[in-house]
Amino acid sequence: MNTSVQSPQNGVKVIEKGTSLWADAFVRLKKNRLSMLGGIIVIAILFACFILGPVLGWLGFSATEQDLTNRFANPLSDNGLFGTDQLGRDLLMRVLEGGQISLLVAIMATVMTVTIGIIYGGIAGYIGGRLGNVMMRIVDGLLAMPFLIIVILFRELISGHVDEMARFLIDSWGWSTDLVLRYSNLVPLTFAIAGFGWLTMGRIVRTAAASLTKQEFVEAARSLGLSHARILFRHILPNMLGPVIIYATLTIPSFILYEATLSFIGLGIEPPNSSWGTLIKEGANYLETETTVLLIPAVLFSLTLFAFNFLGDGLRDALDPKASKD
Amino acid sequence: MISLKKLIPLSQKMGHISVVRIIGFIVFGLSFLLTSCRRQSNIEEANDAGILIIGNSNEPKGLDPHLVSGVLESNIIRALFEGLCVEDPAIDGKALPGVAMKWTPNKEFTEWTFDLNPEAKWSDGEDVTAHDFVFSYKRMLSPDPNWPAQYSEMLYFLKNAQEYNKGKITDFAQVGAKAVDKHTLLLTLRGPIPYLPELTKHYTWYPVPEHIVLKHGKINTAFSSQWTRPGNLVSNGPFQLKTWTTNHKIEVERNPHYWDAETVSLNGIRYLPVKNYYTETRMYGDEQLHLTYTVPSELIPFAKENYGSQLRQENYVGVRFLRVNTLREPFTNPKVRRAFALAIDQQAICEKILQGGQKPASGIVPPFGEYKPPAIIQFDPVKAKELLAESGYESTSAFPDITILTTDSETGRREAEALQAMWKEHLGINVRIIQREWTTYLQKQYDADYDLCAGGWIGDYLDPTTFLEMWITDGGNNNTGWGSETFEEYLHEAENTADVSQRMATLAKAEETLLDDTPVLPIYWYTTTYLIRPEVKNWHPLLLNNHPFKFVKIEKD
Amino acid sequence: MLRTILSRLLQTVVVVFLLVTFTFFAIHAMPGDPFADAKATSPEEKAALEAYYGLDKPLPVQYFNWWKNVISNNDFGDSIAMKGRKVSTLISESFPVSLKLGLLSLVMGISLGIPLGIIAALYHNQMLDYLAMIIAMAGICVVAFVLGPIFQINIAKPLTSLNVAGWDRPADIILPAITLCFGVAAYLARLTRGGMLDVLSQDYIRSARAKGVPPLKIITRHALRPALMPAVTFLGPAFAAIITGSFVVENIFLVPGMGQHFVLGVTSKDYNLVLGLVLFYGILMGIANLLSDLVLIFMDPKLRTS
Repeated sequence: MNTSVQSPQNGVKVIEKGTSLWADAFVRLKKNRLSMLGGIIVIAILFACFILGPVLGWLGFSATEQDLTNRFANPLSDNGLFGTDQLGRDLLMRVLEGGQISLLVAIMATVMTVTIGIIYGGIAGYIGGRLGNVMMRIVDGLLAMPFLIIVILFRELISGHVDEMARFLIDSWGWSTDLVLRYSNLVPLTFAIAGFGWLTMGRIVRTAAASLTKQEFVEAARSLGLSHARILFRHILPNMLGPVIIYATLTIPSFILYEATLSFIGLGIEPPNSSWGTLIKEGANYLETETTVLLIPAVLFSLTLFAFNFLGDGLRDALDPKASKD
Repeated sequence: MISLKKLIPLSQKMGHISVVRIIGFIVFGLSFLLTSCRRQSNIEEANDAGILIIGNSNEPKGLDPHLVSGVLESNIIRALFEGLCVEDPAIDGKALPGVAMKWTPNKEFTEWTFDLNPEAKWSDGEDVTAHDFVFSYKRMLSPDPNWPAQYSEMLYFLKNAQEYNKGKITDFAQVGAKAVDKHTLLLTLRGPIPYLPELTKHYTWYPVPEHIVLKHGKINTAFSSQWTRPGNLVSNGPFQLKTWTTNHKIEVERNPHYWDAETVSLNGIRYLPVKNYYTETRMYGDEQLHLTYTVPSELIPFAKENYGSQLRQENYVGVRFLRVNTLREPFTNPKVRRAFALAIDQQAICEKILQGGQKPASGIVPPFGEYKPPAIIQFDPVKAKELLAESGYESTSAFPDITILTTDSETGRREAEALQAMWKEHLGINVRIIQREWTTYLQKQYDADYDLCAGGWIGDYLDPTTFLEMWITDGGNNNTGWGSETFEEYLHEAENTADVSQRMATLAKAEETLLDDTPVLPIYWYTTTYLIRPEVKNWHPLLLNNHPFKFVKIEKD
Repeated sequence: MLRTILSRLLQTVVVVFLLVTFTFFAIHAMPGDPFADAKATSPEEKAALEAYYGLDKPLPVQYFNWWKNVISNNDFGDSIAMKGRKVSTLISESFPVSLKLGLLSLVMGISLGIPLGIIAALYHNQMLDYLAMIIAMAGICVVAFVLGPIFQINIAKPLTSLNVAGWDRPADIILPAITLCFGVAAYLARLTRGGMLDVLSQDYIRSARAKGVPPLKIITRHALRPALMPAVTFLGPAFAAIITGSFVVENIFLVPGMGQHFVLGVTSKDYNLVLGLVLFYGILMGIANLLSDLVLIFMDPKLRTS
């Protein structure tokens, strides 16, 4: 980490103690046991979905192979750890691949959100004045739009191009069709979610950038004759990293939720792949008869949301400069 | 945080006391609320009031018989309006007197005289006359480019109706509908149609009140007319409109002027637009509905176990199929189409996935009446593979991208996933699933922007033509790009055949031609699956599922 | 203060104008045909329908006409999906339902979220903190389309006085409101906890303690008000969102509210319905924001003078 990343009011104290802000924050984070637990769960789930899942897939387990004679097999039987679903597919594999897709969509959308939000909000905050104000009113206007419009629009605009790209990868580079299609159909959904997700991020960044712009060190940089771009990207943006990272951690669970809501409306991931949202939605339909198909994805989903939320809250507590006064 | 530590003892105490107290209040309040308003269930209340409560799937698009085309709208319109003939509550294909007391065809079945009941009244007390019928048919067939009726072809059985509707003739007097006098209606048809009484039970043939329609607009004022709104709507059926609030409920009550009011047993019907079928089944279990619109397949085992004989699974004239875009590679080749059809394990879909008693479809027309369908399409993976090999596609990897278009519903998704797995297993072909919301799905289908497209068709009347006529070249519901002269010749031949069994044989040949070429892959024949409470009487299985509400009774055993 | 209100109003007007404009062009850029139906529509019929709704004109003309109709006739036009019904009728039918449901769930959310947030802050990093936050977050971590059915099966069915779904009896509002309130509660608990932690570390609280003010009095008299400011800021937009965004709950509990109009309007490309709703929503949000601003000004003397 860049140790110059210190908010100015803490700078003196930090140097006195000889510890960096981040190390300090980590000490505080460790005190919050719930956040630590959240962090551990997040790591465990990431491991399961992104390493264990593909390894099992490589060993020959499949999330899409059906066996209609063996529907709703019990968990902990010969039919896999979690049994099978309504079409006789291995539920463990479906949950792992579903988690992979949900998390990928949420993480990629968050990265896009952060990038767009920082650039747009940073500029709006730094410029300020009437132009900055207009930029923010545009954000407000977009924010109030029914998000379904943005989702459907982005999906329609992008899916054609993504299909072409996928075709190209399969034909010219000889990539596996299943694999390319599984991941390529995440892209429109990710864009759709990021398409309205960046708005809130843009607002947060603008508020932070506007207050930083008034600080002495920025004025000092200005009086030194540094270019606007340099001030913005070398001095203001690094100082906003804290709130941005915290907000990003909290964005991931809300994007997982968005994806699930879109699945409820039927705008989720392309079958036969599934995300946690679609698994839960399908599972909820069997609530009266077959509870495992709901229970397993729902528990993992809720656990992940809890973990991300508590980790994010903990990070915010730890990094909040005001909280470090005592 | 040092300062906080000293705050805690007190706040802890305060916290505990107030939390306990608040919880106590909430529990007390809730239990008071719940016990004090404990009363009859909705069904008990409705039974006492003689009201039938029905789950009706969705908010109706409208209640103008000329401007709707859906099943759920017809469920309400059937209670409000009455045609020349009425459905028998128990016997398929039997016509009971409605507005018409009796009807007599000529020998060729081309001219029919309907004697109207002089007692037939609109709900405002006005007489229902032959002029109302002529006015209605004129309205339905209006050639005005601003008249958006989608179902006017249901009246094309009348002589010159199509010509008038398309603007080829301008004088409505030439159309085969005449009011001989106030209570005599003479219908002249384009050919021999022995099943005309069957047709007149359909809501497109119902009368609309001329005096009310003209009060709220011109003859062909469409959606801006307020004549169907509650307070304005006047109808001639056993019931009249009482309340209608969007997405909430529609209530109808007895029509005091109905000619056969003695037969009507119910005091009213309440239609609930329950879009969520899982909720619907749960409402049924909580005594909120007499009758559900459907039962989702996931809950069928549950319903069987818990409700026993209250779960009904009845035959229904409808077919589920896949349209094939015959203009796109590789489906320009009939062998590929046939291979895809034969690789569908219909039995497995019906028994393992749907579980609603659906039957594997060997053709497009479901079996009913005297029609003997040609059983051509049957699951045969070996034959499918052979056909694919013969088709000239060397290996399956030479196949272009194939997609299957379906709606965003849960059932659509599951069905498409099963089909996808079957084609992969039996043909080795990867098919991608595209789910789109309703309007986009329809637009893609009408624009022929698809390879395979899941769809269904429900018969409007009990005759094979309701399933066959849609496949004529460029027919509005064809959308496959397929067309065949032989097929159309058979249809034409049947149209001019008065002898029933000969006619059926010709229609069977037409279907055979269609299936041989396979522009459509049949999957299964529909059933209706619903829950009905034991106190609802006189509700019998009907192939068209158009139950006449005037005969329905609520009686406790 | 008057100037703050006026500038707020002006900003709302700008935002609503932008909102409607964006929505108009976005929804016209969407795929799908508003007149598509299960039974085929012939090209002539389609042309007739388009002419009927004025959709045959160029987009800028349609845009202009829409505003003209709204401003001079106070009319949002006819719904395309629900034939024969005016958009204004649909809104006036569904808004009272949504308002009732939204207000109740907001009250429930406040009475659950704020106490939990305060408790969590007072017991920072202790068991009670964790417990309070777990309760607060349970509602958003278990999605509504699972929570709703669970309530239906496990609460409504065994209790005769509660119905599974519907909107007939007064008690019918309880389950949907509970399902909705968790989302609000979770955010409020978080914001209150954050605000409280912030305030409790301020110098004036410490000096109040040093002067020997009793702890309970410190919380109620000094800490609570500023600690609730972030929560109040959140309540404005939350109010508007909960009224219009309850589609899932409406679908599950058969509530005739506004949320489903948004979804139906968009998925069926009912241009008039969507634009009418969006305009209404924009105004509603402006009012809600203004109210929360006024409450903030009332709560914070510093804001009152400036």
